[in-house]
Amino acid sequence: MSISVDEVRHVAKLARLELDEAEILAFQSELNALLGHFQDIASLNVEGIEPKPHAVALRNVWADDVARPSLLRDEALRNAPVTRAGLFIVPQIIED
Amino acid sequence: MSQPLFAQSAADLARRLRAREVSATEVAEAHLDRVSATDPQVGAFLTMPRDEVMADAAAAQAMLDRGEGGPLCGVPVGIKDNISTRGVATTCASKLLENYVPPFDATVIEKLRAQGIVCFGKTNLDEFAMGTSCENSAFQLTRNPWDLDRTPGGSSGGSAACVAAQQVPLSLGSDTGGSIRLPAALCGLVGFKPTYGRVSRYGLIAFGSSLDQIGPFGRTVEDVALLSEAISGYDHLDSTSLDRHPIQTNALKSGSLRGLKLAIPDQLMTDEIQPGVRATFESALDLLRKEGVEITPVSLPSIQYGVTTYYIIAPAEASSNLARFDGIRYGLRLEGEGHIGNVATTRGEGFGHEVKARIMIGTYVLSAGYYDAYYTRAQQVRALMVQEFESTYRDFDAVISPTSPSVAFRLGELKDNPMAMKLLDFCTIPANMGGFPSISIPAGLSDHLPVGLQLTGPIGDDERILQLAYALEQALPPTPSPAMG
Repeated sequence: MSISVDEVRHVAKLARLELDEAEILAFQSELNALLGHFQDIASLNVEGIEPKPHAVALRNVWADDVARPSLLRDEALRNAPVTRAGLFIVPQIIED
Repeated sequence: MSQPLFAQSAADLARRLRAREVSATEVAEAHLDRVSATDPQVGAFLTMPRDEVMADAAAAQAMLDRGEGGPLCGVPVGIKDNISTRGVATTCASKLLENYVPPFDATVIEKLRAQGIVCFGKTNLDEFAMGTSCENSAFQLTRNPWDLDRTPGGSSGGSAACVAAQQVPLSLGSDTGGSIRLPAALCGLVGFKPTYGRVSRYGLIAFGSSLDQIGPFGRTVEDVALLSEAISGYDHLDSTSLDRHPIQTNALKSGSLRGLKLAIPDQLMTDEIQPGVRATFESALDLLRKEGVEITPVSLPSIQYGVTTYYIIAPAEASSNLARFDGIRYGLRLEGEGHIGNVATTRGEGFGHEVKARIMIGTYVLSAGYYDAYYTRAQQVRALMVQEFESTYRDFDAVISPTSPSVAFRLGELKDNPMAMKLLDFCTIPANMGGFPSISIPAGLSDHLPVGLQLTGPIGDDERILQLAYALEQALPPTPSPAMG
Protein backbone atom coordinates (compact mmCIF):
# COMPACT_ATOMS: atom_id res chain seq x y z
CA MET A 1 0.00 0.00 0.00
CA SER A 2 1.62 3.25 -1.00
CA ILE A 3 0.37 6.70 -1.82
CA SER A 4 1.23 8.48 -5.08
CA VAL A 5 2.06 12.14 -5.62
CA ASP A 6 -1.35 12.63 -7.24
CA GLU A 7 -3.09 11.15 -4.21
CA VAL A 8 -1.13 13.49 -1.95
CA ARG A 9 -2.35 16.42 -4.07
CA HIS A 10 -5.92 15.13 -3.88
CA VAL A 11 -5.80 14.77 -0.08
CA ALA A 12 -4.29 18.27 0.24
CA LYS A 13 -7.16 19.62 -1.82
CA LEU A 14 -9.73 17.84 0.37
CA ALA A 15 -8.00 19.25 3.46
CA ARG A 16 -7.81 22.80 2.00
CA LEU A 17 -4.04 22.96 2.33
CA GLU A 18 -2.01 24.85 -0.26
CA LEU A 19 1.30 22.97 -0.47
CA ASP A 20 4.42 23.58 -2.55
CA GLU A 21 6.17 20.83 -4.51
CA ALA A 22 8.79 20.19 -1.82
CA GLU A 23 6.07 19.73 0.80
CA ILE A 24 4.11 17.37 -1.44
CA LEU A 25 7.17 15.13 -1.79
CA ALA A 26 7.92 15.33 1.94
CA PHE A 27 4.34 14.37 2.83
CA GLN A 28 4.38 11.54 0.30
CA SER A 29 7.32 9.95 2.07
CA GLU A 30 5.97 10.64 5.59
CA LEU A 31 2.52 9.30 4.75
CA ASN A 32 4.03 6.20 3.18
CA ALA A 33 6.11 5.57 6.30
CA LEU A 34 3.01 5.85 8.47
CA LEU A 35 0.85 3.73 6.15
CA GLY A 36 3.58 1.10 6.22
CA HIS A 37 3.47 1.14 10.00
CA PHE A 38 -0.34 0.86 9.91
CA GLN A 39 -0.08 -2.51 8.16
CA ASP A 40 0.36 -4.15 11.58
CA ILE A 41 -3.41 -4.03 12.12
CA ALA A 42 -4.34 -5.06 8.57
CA SER A 43 -4.22 -8.79 9.26
CA LEU A 44 -5.60 -8.63 12.80
CA ASN A 45 -8.86 -10.50 13.31
CA VAL A 46 -11.38 -7.92 14.46
CA GLU A 47 -14.49 -9.62 13.20
CA GLY A 48 -17.57 -8.96 15.30
CA ILE A 49 -15.85 -6.35 17.48
CA GLU A 50 -17.92 -3.22 17.97
CA PRO A 51 -15.85 -0.13 17.02
CA LYS A 52 -15.16 2.17 19.99
CA PRO A 53 -15.30 5.83 18.97
CA HIS A 54 -15.27 7.15 22.53
CA ALA A 55 -13.63 6.12 25.80
CA VAL A 56 -16.69 6.72 27.93
CA ALA A 57 -19.94 6.42 26.00
CA LEU A 58 -22.61 8.91 27.06
CA ARG A 59 -26.07 9.06 25.53
CA ASN A 60 -28.51 11.88 24.99
CA VAL A 61 -26.74 14.74 26.68
CA TRP A 62 -29.25 17.58 26.47
CA ALA A 63 -29.02 21.19 27.49
CA ASP A 64 -32.07 22.92 28.90
CA ASP A 65 -33.55 25.37 26.40
CA VAL A 66 -33.03 28.49 28.47
CA ALA A 67 -31.32 31.77 27.65
CA ARG A 68 -27.86 32.24 29.16
CA PRO A 69 -25.56 35.25 29.12
CA SER A 70 -23.47 35.21 25.94
CA LEU A 71 -20.70 37.27 24.36
CA LEU A 72 -21.39 40.85 23.43
CA ARG A 73 -21.23 41.48 19.69
CA ASP A 74 -18.07 43.57 19.93
CA GLU A 75 -16.32 40.83 21.91
CA ALA A 76 -17.32 38.19 19.38
CA LEU A 77 -16.01 40.32 16.51
CA ARG A 78 -12.78 41.45 18.15
CA ASN A 79 -10.62 38.66 16.63
CA ALA A 80 -12.10 38.85 13.13
CA PRO A 81 -9.66 39.71 10.32
CA VAL A 82 -12.20 42.04 8.65
CA THR A 83 -15.43 43.49 10.06
CA ARG A 84 -17.82 46.23 9.00
CA ALA A 85 -20.89 47.65 10.70
CA GLY A 86 -20.94 44.92 13.33
CA LEU A 87 -20.59 42.09 10.81
CA PHE A 88 -17.94 39.54 9.82
CA ILE A 89 -16.77 40.34 6.29
CA VAL A 90 -16.20 37.04 4.48
CA PRO A 91 -14.26 36.54 1.25
CA GLN A 92 -16.43 36.91 -1.86
CA ILE A 93 -17.78 33.52 -2.96
CA ILE A 94 -20.03 34.49 -5.88
CA GLU A 95 -18.59 36.16 -9.00
CA ASP A 96 -19.72 39.70 -9.88
CA MET B 1 17.44 29.79 56.51
CA SER B 2 14.23 28.59 54.90
CA GLN B 3 13.95 27.73 51.23
CA PRO B 4 13.29 30.58 48.78
CA LEU B 5 9.59 30.95 47.96
CA PHE B 6 10.03 29.66 44.42
CA ALA B 7 11.46 26.35 45.67
CA GLN B 8 8.54 25.57 47.97
CA SER B 9 5.75 23.15 47.20
CA ALA B 10 2.26 24.42 46.40
CA ALA B 11 0.96 22.76 49.56
CA ASP B 12 3.53 24.60 51.71
CA LEU B 13 2.90 27.92 49.96
CA ALA B 14 -0.85 27.51 50.40
CA ARG B 15 -0.41 26.79 54.11
CA ARG B 16 1.87 29.79 54.61
CA LEU B 17 -0.47 32.08 52.62
CA ARG B 18 -3.41 30.99 54.76
CA ALA B 19 -1.35 31.55 57.94
CA ARG B 20 -0.42 35.08 56.77
CA GLU B 21 3.29 34.26 56.88
CA VAL B 22 3.57 35.46 53.30
CA SER B 23 1.30 37.44 50.95
CA ALA B 24 0.02 36.40 47.53
CA THR B 25 1.78 39.44 46.08
CA GLU B 26 5.12 38.34 47.54
CA VAL B 27 4.61 34.84 46.19
CA ALA B 28 3.80 36.17 42.71
CA GLU B 29 6.78 38.55 42.74
CA ALA B 30 9.19 35.80 43.83
CA HIS B 31 8.05 33.62 40.94
CA LEU B 32 8.14 36.49 38.42
CA ASP B 33 11.74 37.19 39.51
CA ARG B 34 12.56 33.52 39.08
CA VAL B 35 11.11 33.62 35.55
CA SER B 36 13.21 36.70 34.73
CA ALA B 37 16.32 34.94 36.00
CA THR B 38 15.81 31.57 34.32
CA ASP B 39 13.45 31.82 31.36
CA PRO B 40 15.97 33.40 28.97
CA GLN B 41 17.68 29.96 29.07
CA VAL B 42 14.65 27.70 29.50
CA GLY B 43 12.08 29.34 27.20
CA ALA B 44 9.06 27.86 28.99
CA PHE B 45 6.71 30.84 28.59
CA LEU B 46 5.23 32.28 25.40
CA THR B 47 3.34 35.06 27.20
CA MET B 48 3.96 36.45 30.68
CA PRO B 49 1.25 39.04 31.40
CA ARG B 50 2.85 40.57 34.51
CA ASP B 51 0.08 43.11 35.13
CA GLU B 52 -2.63 40.45 35.03
CA VAL B 53 -0.56 38.17 37.27
CA MET B 54 -0.14 40.91 39.87
CA ALA B 55 -3.85 41.80 39.63
CA ASP B 56 -4.79 38.12 40.14
CA ALA B 57 -2.40 37.98 43.12
CA ALA B 58 -4.00 41.06 44.66
CA ALA B 59 -7.46 39.53 44.16
CA ALA B 60 -6.22 36.30 45.79
CA GLN B 61 -4.88 38.23 48.76
CA ALA B 62 -8.23 39.98 49.16
CA MET B 63 -9.90 36.54 49.24
CA LEU B 64 -7.39 35.32 51.85
CA ASP B 65 -8.03 38.46 53.92
CA ARG B 66 -11.74 37.66 53.92
CA GLY B 67 -11.08 34.02 54.80
CA GLU B 68 -12.29 32.95 51.35
CA GLY B 69 -10.70 31.21 48.37
CA GLY B 70 -9.88 27.56 47.71
CA PRO B 71 -7.13 25.41 49.25
CA LEU B 72 -4.59 26.72 46.70
CA CYS B 73 -5.61 30.39 46.98
CA GLY B 74 -2.69 32.65 46.02
CA VAL B 75 -0.59 29.87 44.42
CA PRO B 76 0.67 30.57 40.86
CA VAL B 77 -0.11 28.06 38.10
CA GLY B 78 1.38 28.09 34.56
CA ILE B 79 -1.15 27.52 31.77
CA LYS B 80 -0.50 25.63 28.52
CA ASP B 81 -1.15 27.96 25.60
CA ASN B 82 -3.96 25.84 24.15
CA ILE B 83 -6.23 26.62 27.11
CA SER B 84 -8.38 29.71 26.50
CA THR B 85 -7.71 32.67 28.79
CA ARG B 86 -9.95 35.71 28.49
CA GLY B 87 -7.97 38.78 27.45
CA VAL B 88 -4.62 36.94 27.27
CA ALA B 89 -3.32 35.62 23.91
CA THR B 90 -3.90 31.89 23.35
CA THR B 91 -1.82 30.84 20.35
CA CYS B 92 -1.46 27.03 20.40
CA ALA B 93 2.13 27.95 19.41
CA SER B 94 0.79 28.44 15.87
CA LYS B 95 1.25 31.31 13.43
CA LEU B 96 -2.40 30.81 12.58
CA LEU B 97 -3.49 31.95 16.06
CA GLU B 98 -0.56 34.28 16.77
CA ASN B 99 -2.85 37.27 17.46
CA TYR B 100 -5.87 35.43 18.85
CA VAL B 101 -7.14 36.73 22.21
CA PRO B 102 -10.04 34.63 23.55
CA PRO B 103 -13.14 36.54 24.65
CA PHE B 104 -13.89 33.86 27.27
CA ASP B 105 -12.18 31.66 29.85
CA ALA B 106 -11.96 27.87 29.65
CA THR B 107 -13.90 26.20 32.47
CA VAL B 108 -10.65 25.20 34.21
CA ILE B 109 -9.52 28.85 34.17
CA GLU B 110 -12.87 30.01 35.60
CA LYS B 111 -12.43 27.45 38.37
CA LEU B 112 -8.89 28.66 39.13
CA ARG B 113 -10.03 32.29 39.28
CA ALA B 114 -13.02 31.47 41.50
CA GLN B 115 -10.62 29.84 44.02
CA GLY B 116 -8.04 32.63 43.91
CA ILE B 117 -5.43 30.55 42.09
CA VAL B 118 -3.14 32.85 40.09
CA CYS B 119 -3.01 32.22 36.31
CA PHE B 120 0.68 32.69 35.75
CA GLY B 121 1.48 33.06 32.05
CA LYS B 122 1.05 30.86 28.99
CA THR B 123 3.47 28.04 28.32
CA ASN B 124 5.03 26.77 25.10
CA LEU B 125 3.86 23.60 23.35
CA ASP B 126 4.19 21.71 20.11
CA GLU B 127 1.87 23.50 17.68
CA PHE B 128 -1.73 22.47 18.47
CA ALA B 129 -0.27 19.96 20.97
CA MET B 130 1.09 17.77 18.16
CA GLY B 131 4.53 16.47 19.04
CA THR B 132 6.72 14.98 21.73
CA SER B 133 9.57 17.48 22.00
CA CYS B 134 8.11 21.03 21.91
CA GLU B 135 10.23 21.56 18.77
CA ASN B 136 7.06 21.97 16.67
CA SER B 137 6.31 25.33 18.31
CA ALA B 138 6.16 28.10 15.69
CA PHE B 139 7.72 30.56 18.14
CA GLN B 140 10.51 29.19 20.31
CA LEU B 141 12.43 26.23 21.67
CA THR B 142 11.91 25.13 25.23
CA ARG B 143 14.87 23.52 26.96
CA ASN B 144 14.97 20.87 29.65
CA PRO B 145 16.16 22.40 32.96
CA TRP B 146 18.10 19.19 33.67
CA ASP B 147 20.23 19.71 30.55
CA LEU B 148 19.65 22.76 28.39
CA ASP B 149 20.75 20.90 25.24
CA ARG B 150 17.86 18.49 25.63
CA THR B 151 14.11 18.56 25.05
CA PRO B 152 11.66 18.85 27.94
CA GLY B 153 9.40 16.47 25.99
CA GLY B 154 6.05 17.37 24.55
CA SER B 155 3.61 18.45 23.76
CA SER B 156 3.20 20.25 27.12
CA GLY B 157 6.96 21.00 27.20
CA GLY B 158 6.61 24.55 28.52
CA SER B 159 4.30 23.46 31.33
CA ALA B 160 6.83 20.79 32.36
CA ALA B 161 9.91 23.00 32.04
CA CYS B 162 8.45 25.87 34.12
CA VAL B 163 7.72 23.57 37.07
CA ALA B 164 11.09 21.78 36.81
CA ALA B 165 12.89 25.16 36.70
CA GLN B 166 10.94 26.25 39.83
CA GLN B 167 9.34 29.15 37.96
CA VAL B 168 5.97 27.95 39.30
CA PRO B 169 5.05 25.13 41.67
CA LEU B 170 2.25 23.89 39.40
CA SER B 171 1.02 24.09 35.82
CA LEU B 172 -1.72 22.79 33.55
CA GLY B 173 -1.12 20.78 30.41
CA SER B 174 -3.22 18.64 28.10
CA ASP B 175 -2.73 14.97 27.27
CA THR B 176 -4.00 13.39 24.04
CA GLY B 177 -1.48 10.53 23.70
CA GLY B 178 0.95 11.28 26.55
CA SER B 179 1.47 15.04 26.30
CA ILE B 180 1.43 15.51 30.09
CA ARG B 181 3.00 12.25 31.25
CA LEU B 182 5.90 12.11 28.77
CA PRO B 183 7.27 15.62 29.54
CA ALA B 184 6.66 14.99 33.27
CA ALA B 185 8.88 11.89 33.00
CA LEU B 186 11.59 13.73 31.03
CA CYS B 187 11.64 16.65 33.49
CA GLY B 188 11.53 14.61 36.75
CA LEU B 189 7.99 15.70 37.68
CA VAL B 190 4.62 14.30 38.60
CA GLY B 191 2.14 14.60 35.69
CA PHE B 192 -1.45 13.38 35.85
CA LYS B 193 -4.03 12.68 33.15
CA PRO B 194 -7.35 12.34 34.96
CA THR B 195 -10.18 10.09 33.72
CA TYR B 196 -11.63 11.37 30.44
CA GLY B 197 -14.55 13.60 31.37
CA ARG B 198 -13.59 14.42 34.96
CA VAL B 199 -12.01 17.72 33.92
CA SER B 200 -13.99 19.89 31.51
CA ARG B 201 -12.54 20.37 28.04
CA TYR B 202 -14.60 23.53 27.46
CA GLY B 203 -12.13 26.15 26.23
CA LEU B 204 -9.33 23.65 25.55
CA ILE B 205 -8.60 24.13 21.84
CA ALA B 206 -9.49 20.70 20.48
CA PHE B 207 -6.98 18.25 18.96
CA GLY B 208 -8.40 14.71 19.34
CA SER B 209 -11.71 15.16 21.11
CA SER B 210 -12.19 11.54 22.19
CA LEU B 211 -8.68 11.50 23.71
CA ASP B 212 -7.88 15.05 24.98
CA GLN B 213 -7.78 15.67 28.72
CA ILE B 214 -6.48 18.61 30.77
CA GLY B 215 -4.33 17.74 33.79
CA PRO B 216 -1.72 19.08 36.22
CA PHE B 217 2.09 19.04 36.56
CA GLY B 218 3.77 19.42 39.95
CA ARG B 219 6.89 18.46 41.87
CA THR B 220 4.96 16.29 44.37
CA VAL B 221 1.93 14.01 44.17
CA GLU B 222 0.22 16.06 46.89
CA ASP B 223 0.51 19.26 44.84
CA VAL B 224 -0.83 17.50 41.75
CA ALA B 225 -3.75 16.07 43.75
CA LEU B 226 -4.64 19.53 45.09
CA LEU B 227 -4.71 21.03 41.59
CA SER B 228 -6.70 18.04 40.28
CA GLU B 229 -9.31 18.75 42.94
CA ALA B 230 -9.38 22.44 41.96
CA ILE B 231 -10.04 21.86 38.23
CA SER B 232 -12.32 18.80 38.19
CA GLY B 233 -16.09 18.32 38.38
CA TYR B 234 -19.12 18.18 36.11
CA ASP B 235 -19.53 20.97 33.55
CA HIS B 236 -22.69 21.42 31.47
CA LEU B 237 -20.63 23.25 28.83
CA ASP B 238 -18.77 20.01 27.96
CA SER B 239 -21.17 17.35 26.69
CA THR B 240 -18.58 14.64 27.44
CA SER B 241 -18.24 15.74 31.06
CA LEU B 242 -18.83 12.96 33.61
CA ASP B 243 -21.49 13.62 36.21
CA ARG B 244 -19.18 13.07 39.20
CA HIS B 245 -17.94 15.11 42.12
CA PRO B 246 -14.55 16.87 41.91
CA ILE B 247 -11.51 14.66 42.56
CA GLN B 248 -11.21 14.22 46.35
CA THR B 249 -7.93 14.49 48.25
CA ASN B 250 -9.01 13.56 51.79
CA ALA B 251 -7.75 9.94 51.57
CA LEU B 252 -4.60 10.82 49.60
CA LYS B 253 -2.18 9.89 52.39
CA SER B 254 -3.96 6.83 53.81
CA GLY B 255 -2.95 4.27 51.17
CA SER B 256 -0.65 1.37 51.93
CA LEU B 257 1.77 -0.52 49.73
CA ARG B 258 1.50 -3.85 51.53
CA GLY B 259 -0.53 -6.33 49.48
CA LEU B 260 -0.88 -3.95 46.56
CA LYS B 261 -1.12 -5.81 43.25
CA LEU B 262 0.37 -4.20 40.17
CA ALA B 263 0.42 -5.65 36.64
CA ILE B 264 3.33 -4.96 34.31
CA PRO B 265 2.53 -5.56 30.63
CA ASP B 266 5.20 -7.48 28.68
CA GLN B 267 4.37 -5.30 25.68
CA LEU B 268 5.64 -2.20 27.55
CA MET B 269 8.96 -3.83 28.50
CA THR B 270 10.27 -4.37 24.97
CA ASP B 271 13.74 -3.65 23.59
CA GLU B 272 12.51 -0.13 22.80
CA ILE B 273 13.07 0.69 26.48
CA GLN B 274 16.61 2.10 26.84
CA PRO B 275 18.83 -0.04 29.13
CA GLY B 276 19.34 2.89 31.55
CA VAL B 277 15.60 3.52 31.78
CA ARG B 278 14.97 -0.17 32.32
CA ALA B 279 17.60 -0.39 35.08
CA THR B 280 16.23 2.65 36.93
CA PHE B 281 12.66 1.39 36.56
CA GLU B 282 13.59 -2.08 37.81
CA SER B 283 15.43 -0.79 40.85
CA ALA B 284 12.30 1.23 41.68
CA LEU B 285 10.29 -2.01 41.39
CA ASP B 286 12.74 -3.74 43.74
CA LEU B 287 12.15 -1.05 46.37
CA LEU B 288 8.39 -1.43 45.96
CA ARG B 289 8.61 -5.23 46.33
CA LYS B 290 10.48 -4.74 49.62
CA GLU B 291 7.51 -2.67 50.80
CA GLY B 292 5.18 -5.58 50.07
CA VAL B 293 3.95 -4.71 46.58
CA GLU B 294 3.23 -7.71 44.35
CA ILE B 295 4.32 -7.01 40.78
CA THR B 296 3.21 -9.53 38.14
CA PRO B 297 3.98 -9.63 34.42
CA VAL B 298 0.87 -9.82 32.23
CA SER B 299 0.32 -9.93 28.50
CA LEU B 300 -1.86 -7.24 26.89
CA PRO B 301 -1.25 -8.03 23.20
CA SER B 302 -3.21 -5.10 21.73
CA ILE B 303 -0.79 -2.60 23.26
CA GLN B 304 1.59 -3.32 20.39
CA TYR B 305 -0.95 -1.72 18.03
CA GLY B 306 -1.32 1.40 20.18
CA VAL B 307 0.84 3.67 18.02
CA THR B 308 -1.05 2.61 14.89
CA THR B 309 -4.49 3.14 16.39
CA TYR B 310 -3.41 6.48 17.84
CA TYR B 311 -1.95 7.77 14.56
CA ILE B 312 -5.19 6.90 12.80
CA ILE B 313 -7.73 8.08 15.39
CA ALA B 314 -6.02 11.24 16.65
CA PRO B 315 -5.24 12.69 13.18
CA ALA B 316 -8.74 11.77 11.97
CA GLU B 317 -10.26 13.74 14.81
CA ALA B 318 -7.70 16.54 14.33
CA SER B 319 -8.42 16.89 10.62
CA SER B 320 -12.05 17.50 11.53
CA ASN B 321 -11.37 19.78 14.53
CA LEU B 322 -8.83 21.91 12.67
CA ALA B 323 -11.19 22.46 9.74
CA ARG B 324 -12.54 25.43 11.72
CA PHE B 325 -9.35 27.41 11.07
CA ASP B 326 -10.42 29.08 7.84
CA GLY B 327 -9.45 32.70 8.50
CA ILE B 328 -13.04 33.96 8.51
CA ARG B 329 -14.01 34.75 12.10
CA TYR B 330 -10.60 34.83 13.80
CA GLY B 331 -6.97 34.05 13.18
CA LEU B 332 -4.76 34.59 10.18
CA ARG B 333 -6.37 35.39 6.80
CA LEU B 334 -4.31 35.32 3.60
CA GLU B 335 -5.33 35.91 -0.01
CA GLY B 336 -5.41 33.08 -2.54
CA GLU B 337 -7.19 32.28 -5.79
CA GLY B 338 -10.91 32.39 -5.15
CA HIS B 339 -12.52 31.75 -1.80
CA ILE B 340 -11.23 28.18 -1.54
CA GLY B 341 -7.80 29.51 -2.43
CA ASN B 342 -8.05 32.01 0.44
CA VAL B 343 -8.75 29.23 2.90
CA ALA B 344 -6.11 26.87 1.47
CA THR B 345 -3.43 29.59 1.40
CA THR B 346 -4.26 30.67 4.97
CA ARG B 347 -3.99 27.08 6.19
CA GLY B 348 -0.97 26.20 4.05
CA GLU B 349 0.99 29.17 5.39
CA GLY B 350 -0.50 29.32 8.89
CA PHE B 351 0.02 25.70 9.97
CA GLY B 352 3.47 24.23 10.53
CA HIS B 353 4.75 21.02 8.97
CA GLU B 354 3.69 18.51 11.63
CA VAL B 355 0.17 19.93 11.91
CA LYS B 356 -0.24 19.71 8.14
CA ALA B 357 1.13 16.16 8.18
CA ARG B 358 -1.49 15.11 10.74
CA ILE B 359 -4.32 16.85 8.88
CA MET B 360 -3.17 15.02 5.73
CA ILE B 361 -3.10 11.59 7.36
CA GLY B 362 -6.43 12.22 9.08
CA THR B 363 -8.05 13.35 5.85
CA TYR B 364 -6.64 10.30 4.05
CA VAL B 365 -7.88 7.72 6.56
CA LEU B 366 -11.35 9.28 6.57
CA SER B 367 -11.58 9.55 2.78
CA ALA B 368 -13.80 7.38 0.59
CA GLY B 369 -12.44 3.88 0.13
CA TYR B 370 -10.11 3.97 3.15
CA TYR B 371 -12.50 4.71 6.02
CA ASP B 372 -13.22 1.08 6.94
CA ALA B 373 -9.72 -0.22 6.37
CA TYR B 374 -8.19 2.39 8.68
CA TYR B 375 -10.61 4.37 10.82
CA THR B 376 -13.19 1.69 11.62
CA ARG B 377 -10.52 -0.96 12.10
CA ALA B 378 -8.53 1.32 14.44
CA GLN B 379 -11.64 1.79 16.56
CA GLN B 380 -12.07 -1.98 16.73
CA VAL B 381 -8.48 -2.37 17.90
CA ARG B 382 -9.15 0.40 20.42
CA ALA B 383 -12.08 -1.67 21.74
CA LEU B 384 -9.83 -4.74 22.05
CA MET B 385 -7.17 -2.79 23.93
CA VAL B 386 -9.70 -1.37 26.37
CA GLN B 387 -11.15 -4.86 27.00
CA GLU B 388 -7.68 -6.18 27.82
CA PHE B 389 -7.06 -3.38 30.33
CA GLU B 390 -10.48 -3.80 31.90
CA SER B 391 -9.97 -7.52 32.44
CA THR B 392 -6.56 -6.77 34.00
CA TYR B 393 -8.22 -4.37 36.46
CA ARG B 394 -10.33 -7.25 37.76
CA ASP B 395 -7.22 -8.87 39.26
CA PHE B 396 -4.91 -5.91 39.85
CA ASP B 397 -5.05 -2.47 41.48
CA ALA B 398 -3.28 -0.77 38.60
CA VAL B 399 -0.98 -1.25 35.61
CA ILE B 400 2.64 -0.10 36.02
CA SER B 401 5.31 0.59 33.37
CA PRO B 402 7.99 3.08 32.42
CA THR B 403 6.39 6.31 31.12
CA SER B 404 8.89 6.94 28.34
CA PRO B 405 11.20 4.46 26.61
CA SER B 406 14.03 7.00 26.74
CA VAL B 407 15.36 9.82 28.88
CA ALA B 408 15.23 13.36 27.44
CA PHE B 409 16.87 13.33 24.01
CA ARG B 410 18.97 16.11 22.50
CA LEU B 411 17.19 18.96 20.75
CA GLY B 412 17.30 18.26 17.02
CA GLU B 413 18.22 14.60 17.53
CA LEU B 414 14.93 13.24 16.14
CA LYS B 415 13.98 16.19 13.98
CA ASP B 416 14.49 14.28 10.73
CA ASN B 417 12.90 11.11 12.03
CA PRO B 418 9.20 11.81 12.58
CA MET B 419 8.43 8.09 12.92
CA ALA B 420 10.92 7.60 15.78
CA MET B 421 9.42 10.64 17.51
CA LYS B 422 5.94 9.13 17.23
CA LEU B 423 7.03 5.79 18.72
CA LEU B 424 8.01 7.54 21.99
CA ASP B 425 4.36 7.61 23.08
CA PHE B 426 3.80 3.86 23.04
CA CYS B 427 3.64 3.52 26.84
CA THR B 428 1.26 6.46 27.32
CA ILE B 429 -1.23 5.99 24.44
CA PRO B 430 -3.34 3.12 25.91
CA ALA B 431 -4.65 5.30 28.78
CA ASN B 432 -6.00 7.83 26.27
CA MET B 433 -7.64 5.08 24.23
CA GLY B 434 -9.49 3.86 27.32
CA GLY B 435 -10.01 7.25 29.00
CA PHE B 436 -8.18 5.80 32.04
CA PRO B 437 -6.62 7.94 34.77
CA SER B 438 -2.83 7.70 34.44
CA ILE B 439 0.03 9.33 36.31
CA SER B 440 3.78 9.59 35.82
CA ILE B 441 5.99 9.98 38.90
CA PRO B 442 9.79 10.19 39.11
CA ALA B 443 11.44 6.76 39.46
CA GLY B 444 15.04 7.97 39.78
CA LEU B 445 17.85 9.12 37.50
CA SER B 446 19.68 7.47 34.63
CA ASP B 447 22.91 9.23 33.61
CA HIS B 448 21.81 12.29 35.63
CA LEU B 449 18.50 12.48 33.72
CA PRO B 450 15.04 11.70 35.13
CA VAL B 451 13.16 8.47 34.45
CA GLY B 452 9.38 8.27 34.90
CA LEU B 453 7.19 5.48 36.19
CA GLN B 454 3.55 5.29 35.10
CA LEU B 455 0.48 3.99 36.93
CA THR B 456 -2.81 3.52 35.08
CA GLY B 457 -6.14 2.48 36.57
CA PRO B 458 -9.84 2.02 35.80
CA ILE B 459 -12.23 4.78 34.72
CA GLY B 460 -13.18 7.00 37.64
CA ASP B 461 -10.47 5.69 39.99
CA ASP B 462 -8.58 9.01 40.01
CA GLU B 463 -8.53 9.20 43.81
CA ARG B 464 -7.12 5.66 44.07
CA ILE B 465 -4.42 6.30 41.45
CA LEU B 466 -3.33 9.49 43.24
CA GLN B 467 -3.32 7.62 46.55
CA LEU B 468 -1.16 4.81 45.11
CA ALA B 469 1.16 7.36 43.49
CA TYR B 470 1.53 9.12 46.84
CA ALA B 471 2.40 5.85 48.58
CA LEU B 472 4.92 4.98 45.84
CA GLU B 473 6.45 8.45 46.03
CA GLN B 474 7.07 8.00 49.79
CA ALA B 475 8.81 4.66 49.17
CA LEU B 476 11.06 5.87 46.35
CA PRO B 477 14.16 8.05 46.86
CA PRO B 478 13.30 11.78 46.62
CA THR B 479 14.02 13.38 43.24
CA PRO B 480 16.48 16.25 43.46
CA SER B 481 15.85 19.48 41.55
CA PRO B 482 17.92 20.21 38.46
CA ALA B 483 21.06 22.20 39.27
CA MET B 484 20.28 25.46 37.51
CA GLY B 485 19.97 29.16 38.26
